[in-house]
Amino acid sequence: MIWNETKECMSRDQMTNLQSARLVKLVDYVYHNVEFYRKKMQAVGLMPGDIKSIEDITKLPFTTKDDLRDTYPFGLFAVPNSEIVRIHASSGTTGKATVVGYTRYDLEIWAECVARCMTMAGIGKDDIIQVAYGYGLFTGGLGAHSGAEKIGATVVPMSTGNSKKLTTMMVDFGATAIACTPSYLLHISEVLATEGLLDKIKLRAAVCGAEPWTEKMRQEIEKRLNIKAYDIYGLSEVMGPGVACDCQFHKGLHVCEDHFYPEILNSATLTPVAEGETGELAFTTLTKQGIPLIRYRTKDLTSIDRSPCECGRTSARISRFKGRVDDMLIIRGVNVFPSQVEAALVDVEEVTPHYMMVVDRINNLDTLEIQVEIDQKYYTDEIRAIEALNKKISHIIQQALGINAKIKIVEPQTLVRSEGKAVHVIDNRKYD
Amino acid sequence: MFAKQLTVFIENRTGRLSEVLNVLKENGVNIISMSLADTTEFGLLRLIVNDPVLGKEKLTEGGFSSLISDVSIIKIPHKAGSLQELLKAIDDNGVNIEYMYGLSVDTDKAYVVLKASNIALADEILTKNNIETISCEQLIKM
Repeated sequence: MIWNETKECMSRDQMTNLQSARLVKLVDYVYHNVEFYRKKMQAVGLMPGDIKSIEDITKLPFTTKDDLRDTYPFGLFAVPNSEIVRIHASSGTTGKATVVGYTRYDLEIWAECVARCMTMAGIGKDDIIQVAYGYGLFTGGLGAHSGAEKIGATVVPMSTGNSKKLTTMMVDFGATAIACTPSYLLHISEVLATEGLLDKIKLRAAVCGAEPWTEKMRQEIEKRLNIKAYDIYGLSEVMGPGVACDCQFHKGLHVCEDHFYPEILNSATLTPVAEGETGELAFTTLTKQGIPLIRYRTKDLTSIDRSPCECGRTSARISRFKGRVDDMLIIRGVNVFPSQVEAALVDVEEVTPHYMMVVDRINNLDTLEIQVEIDQKYYTDEIRAIEALNKKISHIIQQALGINAKIKIVEPQTLVRSEGKAVHVIDNRKYD
Repeated sequence: MFAKQLTVFIENRTGRLSEVLNVLKENGVNIISMSLADTTEFGLLRLIVNDPVLGKEKLTEGGFSSLISDVSIIKIPHKAGSLQELLKAIDDNGVNIEYMYGLSVDTDKAYVVLKASNIALADEILTKNNIETISCEQLIKM
């Protein structure tokens, strides 16, 4: 099944024409409604009229996460707050959240994109789907929710955190589909196995995303639960989940490119690479009203394939992600930057500025340990004082990152002091 | 009277305690009493030694974190109930005991090392109750 055959299966020429028309309109829109873009364009001597087709996109300046931070909270919004009906936010590189606003129309487009993805995963109005992404500022829960409602499925808004209730309801309701992070689904499969419920479920499809996973992990999920698993991609700055998704052939993720124009760039020169070559993914939101983004650099590394897919769709496909340009980590679906940890620890005078983040995946759930050294001045002969310090740091880190981390106080001088670029992360998670 | 205690922070990993003791051995630092408080992640090795300053210096050179703090070494009769009586005197004055460990050096006297939440007040209470405290030097001579 294809949700929107007109848009998902149009010829390359038609798509290019549509993208061109939408880009011209978008550039005119942001020039007149967002000071940030107007200034950026004026700085390079560009007028809206200079952008005549999608090929002209390379003339436009880039937008980065830093720009979102610098204009925090609403600086890049193109409409007054009276038009914004929802706000979402994700963590920024230095503690300040990256805030995005949606108009009613944006939410409709978002639901439309997720609907395409759900349909790609073979989910329809007869399905009962448990949405087990977090509901809240994170786009996962509400994003998947709206798309699932749009296709007419019966949506069970589980959110995260209660695996027992989830598995019970999965059996009792006869849920046929689930949307959650792949690591959480692996965890769920273990809970089901432990409770002897594996042969009592009716699950047949899963739409997983919000964190990097491998083809091997996808197959593992399929085997354990005897279901089909699909990879959904998105980022809150651009929209949320639903920017791209893979079909039953699993040969890359189909981008909803009538709404999000993808470019693959050489990270050093920021010029487009040849089709099929790996580079940094950038998106231009062709139809977004609330916070339109021009050439937003995702820092994700991938390649693109514009050939038609066996499934009948003609939309461009991006490959499974091959890493990141920066040092961002995705832990339990949450974006984490080492610089956030650094900034948080600076305020804790009892510890030295040295730290090490150890990321692992235990029982299919991501874990984060942060190792710190006590400053010489604060050595103590009391366990209680060290435990109190541990608790204090835990709390500060939780506030800064939005996830819990285990704090380990280590002996002095044991954390690596490197010359030049310090290594602050050990990621023991296996991706293949 | 206060005595100096040397405390070493040790991560819970194999051989680490032995490495600390080795540094002390090589520098002739003699341990008179010790207590090891452990958690799942780390331990605090508390030592009464003949030369805490030398011990700290050598441990620092060896890459260990340590500190010297004041504790009370209290002499009590080596008989049932004497420790309880000591604690009663401290408790009655609202002073909290952070930790305590003991050593027994002869047949009629025992010694406990005690760290109170307020060490000055604890010392005052001990004196008022005629409970004897001794220094490390006195302890070594026994």
